[in-house]
Amino acid sequence: MTTTTGAPASPAARPAEAAQTAQPAQPTWPTWPVRPDEVVDLDALGRSRIEDFLCLEAQLLDAWDLDTWLTLFAPEASYVVPCNDSPDGDPARDLVLIDDDELRLRLRVERLNSRRAHREYPHSRTNHQFSNVVVGVREGDELPVVASFTVWRFRNGKASYYVGKYHYRFVAIDGRLRIRSKRVVLDMTTLRPAGDLAIIL
Amino acid sequence: MFMVRGAKSGRINVFHNTCTHRGAVVCRQPAGNAKAFSCFYHAWTFDSEGRLMGIPDRDAYGGELDLAALSLRPVARVESYRGFVFASFDPDIEDLVSYLAGAIEYLDLVIDSTDGEMEIIKGTNEYCIEANWKLLAENSIDGYHAVSTHDTYFKYLLALGTDLAGGVNGTSYDLGNGHAVLEYRAPWGRPIAKWEPLFGEDSREEIARMRADLISRHGEVRGSRMADTNRNLLIYPNLVVNDIMAITVRTFMPLAPNRMDVTAWELAPRDELAQLRQRRLDSFLTFLGPAGFATPDDLEALESCQQGFTSGGVEWNDISRGMARTPAANDEAQMRAFWRRWSQQMGTAGYGERESR
Repeated sequence: MTTTTGAPASPAARPAEAAQTAQPAQPTWPTWPVRPDEVVDLDALGRSRIEDFLCLEAQLLDAWDLDTWLTLFAPEASYVVPCNDSPDGDPARDLVLIDDDELRLRLRVERLNSRRAHREYPHSRTNHQFSNVVVGVREGDELPVVASFTVWRFRNGKASYYVGKYHYRFVAIDGRLRIRSKRVVLDMTTLRPAGDLAIIL
Repeated sequence: MFMVRGAKSGRINVFHNTCTHRGAVVCRQPAGNAKAFSCFYHAWTFDSEGRLMGIPDRDAYGGELDLAALSLRPVARVESYRGFVFASFDPDIEDLVSYLAGAIEYLDLVIDSTDGEMEIIKGTNEYCIEANWKLLAENSIDGYHAVSTHDTYFKYLLALGTDLAGGVNGTSYDLGNGHAVLEYRAPWGRPIAKWEPLFGEDSREEIARMRADLISRHGEVRGSRMADTNRNLLIYPNLVVNDIMAITVRTFMPLAPNRMDVTAWELAPRDELAQLRQRRLDSFLTFLGPAGFATPDDLEALESCQQGFTSGGVEWNDISRGMARTPAANDEAQMRAFWRRWSQQMGTAGYGERESR
């Protein structure tokens, strides 16, 4: 058996794919109140600045600019989605839907950038919406943030949704705001309204 | 339906989840313990054996009520095999062991692979596919699609350092009564008990010990089969037990001709070493989970077939692959076993009314 029936999409190949899926234009950094390269003070960061960051993240996901989205994470990134029936699921013990460390997150992005992620080629149109943002009290070097979200997904005539809460842990890496961990807890009692979870929430 | 162990009898009872008074459901929790099942509508109460124990204002019936006749309705037939509980609505169905036919051997291989107990890990995959349920019966035992559909999964394994050189090699078997299995060697590791670099050097010794233990308990042939080979097992009509890089127990229920609900659990030895459990969990969610690197593409394939069928120009699928040789794991003999049984049971009804166009 051979498994090398095609190389992963190289960065150079992506614009052609992007054109086929009619993606919205990418956000332009200078217009954003929080730029990923801006130096911030984690203690002085108010809710509106966090919301600016979350808005940027949502725009990157909706634009399928996943390579830039990855840069929003700290090096020891984690992205976890528990199963619908066990919102307290612990990836070390329990079955979860997603348990990505930095490497697996990068490989997930590589997959979704490729034409061979059949469920997402062509890409869904998505709309990542968040609200009810609560900035917690700093714990060590981490700033916990919780927000409600709705992600809409449209593809091939089908509409589906994901509803739940984001649990972020932000850190400052050389003064730059980054996501150390993002735990996405779904409120839907099953994944059935959405079918599967091939997109990133 | 719901399942409860009778507090007195210890028996596994499977009841229609329907109050015998006016029909509301009497069990409204997904899991747990209960002494009684009380219908909230008019408070009729049943015990764990299904007996009707309480009726508010019972005098109103003037002593004419036949309580025994108003017990919870059991599902027609319930039998267990090594912890797997099977229910059937057919009161005349053959006994379970006869029904399982050649599939028994393969359930035994799963359960016997640990000397302790198996458990269902917390966390359920409950997803849905907008396709006919029979397409998942096919897909769950389809070795032919792996390379083409799951290219990104194999790339993922490659990126993690898995050696793909050996490929996927094996055989498919018709197990009788519509059941079928693929048995094959594959590049990925198995927590019981085939080591690969991804498991880490510190697991190497433990896996070697588990493998030796299997061989001492079951002999070289059966022991190494448990350790080294993968099995995709379909128990007709809608149960899948795939013992691969992790073990999935998957069932699927048709909701409409073009939609099914899928429910999948992860089976594992209860007292597994933490690092092996971690590998098993990772392997399950990345390959078998609906948010992984493979299963979403299966959904796409099945929904794509369903969409393709609606065009009406192609009336038949071709599943003749391997008819000219001893069926390999990437042939379609196992699908023919499923469809022959289905055709035998459905008769001409299976073909439906031919629409006039």
